[in-house]
Amino acid sequence: MKDKSPKRMISVIILVAAAAMMIAGIADGGARDVLSKAVMICMECIGIG
Amino acid sequence: MKRKYTQLISAVLYNCHITGFVNGKIYKGGSKGICVPGLNCYSCPGAVGACPLGSLQSSLIGSAYRIPLYILGTLLLFGILFGRLICGFLCPFGLIQELLYMIPVPKIRKNGVTKALSYIKYVILIVFVIAIPLVRLVPGFCKYICPAGTLEAGIPLVLADEHLKSQIGWLFSWKVFVLAACLLLFPVCYRAFCRFLCPLGAIYSLFNPVSFFGIAVDRSRCTGCNACIAVCKMDTRRVGDHECIHCGECIRSCPEGAIRYRSLKDTTYFKITKE
Repeated sequence: MKDKSPKRMISVIILVAAAAMMIAGIADGGARDVLSKAVMICMECIGIG
Repeated sequence: MKRKYTQLISAVLYNCHITGFVNGKIYKGGSKGICVPGLNCYSCPGAVGACPLGSLQSSLIGSAYRIPLYILGTLLLFGILFGRLICGFLCPFGLIQELLYMIPVPKIRKNGVTKALSYIKYVILIVFVIAIPLVRLVPGFCKYICPAGTLEAGIPLVLADEHLKSQIGWLFSWKVFVLAACLLLFPVCYRAFCRFLCPLGAIYSLFNPVSFFGIAVDRSRCTGCNACIAVCKMDTRRVGDHECIHCGECIRSCPEGAIRYRSLKDTTYFKITKE
């Protein structure tokens, strides 16, 4: 079996980056923005707006 | 069969706000600040989470002054953990397509044309999900294409709310037409939306080669017979490539037992190479 460690390293780096971006995004109010949009009916999504 | 149960459970969990279907009101709880991994319209009366694609588009609309780190990080997290395994196991719209494909009618098998068509979803991602929200300030995919939104949200809400019903115009008619065309196609063409149109699948496909969970091939056992590719209904060229939804059909077909699901403990990656 061939151990391709660079791929695993890339996976870990992306995972850490994802977590960092989520944390930074939450601190920046990103989750609040998603929530504020999701609790309103999206008129474009339902074909009205 | 286990995969179908997982798909069904995830569809129910994503849309467990049952009273919403009764009174035609969408859920407004705090969980809607969290994206579900699969395609599930957040205006569905039953939805308790946010749609990652809708959230991405709305974030891009308002992104003139800042990068939408939260939603990009969320998509990155889903992608690197699962890749298109989400398509195979955790997407309600994928489940709907698979159920309709069970209808016994003649099927369109994968071929060179379907392989070429599979790249359309990347164009849809770039144009409708990214460019149109940035330039035209509207959620392009949600507004002009998404059949999941029409099926899960548009039709139930319009039927339940007279005020919304009075506002129906050409856009609603267009979206119903798109939905109808998809529903007619799904019994004859396996996962046609996933293969040709879904921009969320396009995003997750980029992570398939490096995701933590998914299908893996033991090269020491593989003989290159390509029975896996022959049985696969997606437009894959090899197991685990960007079109693979990790459904596991190839596992059962491999005469050498060379294919399995990889896990966090699995530090090896393999791919079939043509000899």
